[in-house]
Amino acid sequence: MNNKIIELVDLTKQYGSFTAVDHLNLTVHKGEIFGLLGPNGAGKSTTILMMLGLTEPTSGSVKVCGINSTTNPIEVKSKVGYLPEDIGFYDDLTGLENLIYTARLNHMPLIQARQKAELLLQRVGLTNNSNKKTGKYSRGMRQRLGLADVLIKNPEIIILDEPTLGIDPSGVREFLELIVKLSKEEGITVLFSSHHLHQVQQVCDRVGIFVGGKLLAEGNIQELSQKLFARNPFITEIKVSNKQYTASKLKGLLQKIDGFIDIADNKDSFQIECSRDITAEVAKVVVDAGAGLTYLNKKEYGLDDIYYRYFEGGEKS
Amino acid sequence: MNNLKKKVQNSIALLSDKSAKVFSDIKTMILKENETKVVHPFRVIMAKEISDHVKSWRFVILIAIITLTCFGSVFTALANFSKAVKPNDPNDIFFFLKLFTASDGTLPPFFVFVGFLGPLLGISLGFDAVNSEFNRGTISRVLSQPIHRDSFINAKFAGSLTVISIMFFTLGFMVIGLGLIKIGVPPTAQEFLRIICFILISIIYVAFWLNLSVLFSILFRQPATSALSGIAIWLFLTVFYPLIINLVSKAFEPSKMAAAHQIIRYEELKLLLLRILPNQLFSEATTTLLMPSVRSLGPLTMEQLYGTIPGPLPLGQSILLVWPQVTGLIAATILCFLISYVLFMRKEIRPR
Repeated sequence: MNNKIIELVDLTKQYGSFTAVDHLNLTVHKGEIFGLLGPNGAGKSTTILMMLGLTEPTSGSVKVCGINSTTNPIEVKSKVGYLPEDIGFYDDLTGLENLIYTARLNHMPLIQARQKAELLLQRVGLTNNSNKKTGKYSRGMRQRLGLADVLIKNPEIIILDEPTLGIDPSGVREFLELIVKLSKEEGITVLFSSHHLHQVQQVCDRVGIFVGGKLLAEGNIQELSQKLFARNPFITEIKVSNKQYTASKLKGLLQKIDGFIDIADNKDSFQIECSRDITAEVAKVVVDAGAGLTYLNKKEYGLDDIYYRYFEGGEKS
Repeated sequence: MNNLKKKVQNSIALLSDKSAKVFSDIKTMILKENETKVVHPFRVIMAKEISDHVKSWRFVILIAIITLTCFGSVFTALANFSKAVKPNDPNDIFFFLKLFTASDGTLPPFFVFVGFLGPLLGISLGFDAVNSEFNRGTISRVLSQPIHRDSFINAKFAGSLTVISIMFFTLGFMVIGLGLIKIGVPPTAQEFLRIICFILISIIYVAFWLNLSVLFSILFRQPATSALSGIAIWLFLTVFYPLIINLVSKAFEPSKMAAAHQIIRYEELKLLLLRILPNQLFSEATTTLLMPSVRSLGPLTMEQLYGTIPGPLPLGQSILLVWPQVTGLIAATILCFLISYVLFMRKEIRPR
């Protein structure tokens, strides 16, 4: 698990005076699904292009599978599959022909290319459409064909740049499930770039938050929330039916609990800040007091919160 | 007797069976070889490029236009063949070449047509070579495969050039075949070589236009813009540039009483300015090759002409005469290719 498969050191890319990627340091380990999360124009695509050696960095170094992408792009490209945001196929060729073409560009003989392409089309569920021209494919089908196209070279790493853009929700779920399955079954490292929090949360082992060319935080979702909300890591939300119980009255009751910090009135609900998880105690106290507990929720931070918290910070700086 | 016949028949049948089997074995072997061989990515891209061209409607239309016009000019040449062959003509020995150069005035001769339509062919095969790949988003997919970046542009050029070469050779040989049937006199070895040289120069000439339009396809994102710029350059060079040269050189025209060396210098300057044009180079080169009696491409004084016996040049001398023109054409082609190569290598490849 501790094999570094992607290693970016002080990576910088400038376009004129504009800095797209600013001294980026990032490490991705073998076999994990890493989510690169950031708004549009954060420099995610530029970073990916530099990993593939399609763009030269202004300074810093990129190592993929221990190979420098800038000086040895061919070797890197034979190990990395790249699925761009809007993948282009030759519209006048069929899905199968497009895949065979890619396979042959990867030094595969025709007969092997055809077998492999058919296998992968079956895997992504496009067998019935394999002889249809890709010009007639729907968006979701194109994206699945894109995944097959990426897999045909037996990659060690696949890089997906906004792969779910423009696919309907059920299509997105299927697509993500396919990626997780592939990663687990074949041990492929996945770098998943997106601005969709929920998708990243759903599939990624670790997440890097990327704003304005800088990596603001890195880690799994729990680590991130701990880092971010260090001041008040736990929040329990309650609602009571008895209107007599105001925030100050409840505060008097709850103060006895060890770890209680503060309570705030939030229209029809109360937010209790605490230094440890005291949800069970809160429930007991409120019920015993006869306040009529109607709603109790231990709040966990999702990427949403992390995201907004960071972007607020990002815009200020 | 009957027995023997049967035996022979049997053995012949056996033999043909066996040979058929051997042939089919060889065929499957070749197929298998093709199927299991690892082909270099360059060849894969080139093969795709060729098949794309051949399958496209654009190519069908172009080949129809060019075939029709060329056959038209060959037919008018044939119709006036008896008139074209004059007594005491030094070109007379080169009977067959007349097929490419003779005309009765209704349609220009074959080689003029090639000079006129060649640019169109080159431009239309190249104008969307690179930008269409960008617009379809296929370039980032192809270039993220383990291939060298220049393989892509080299293969594009090589593929189109192969298509053009096959087309011109086919056309040239068809004209020769047609002439053989109609005239009934086979071309001599020298005539044949001259025709081959003519075809080769035509290919280089079209390659120049092909490279120019590939260059535009890298510079401009819209295929329409790049096609239009190619056609604009073509029109400018064929129509307006000679016109401008004429107007400008009129201003420097020496009087009729001027010394001979002044007049010669003036004529040479005019020619020099015209020789910047690839079509000028092409027409000079092809004229010399197809009309062996042409012995100089610049102005000649009376002294130089005095005492010469009008006669055809041998092939080696004709080639020597047009060597600068051919070199110029090749240089222009390489220059265009170089610029597009450098531009392409520096271009950032982004998905759509």
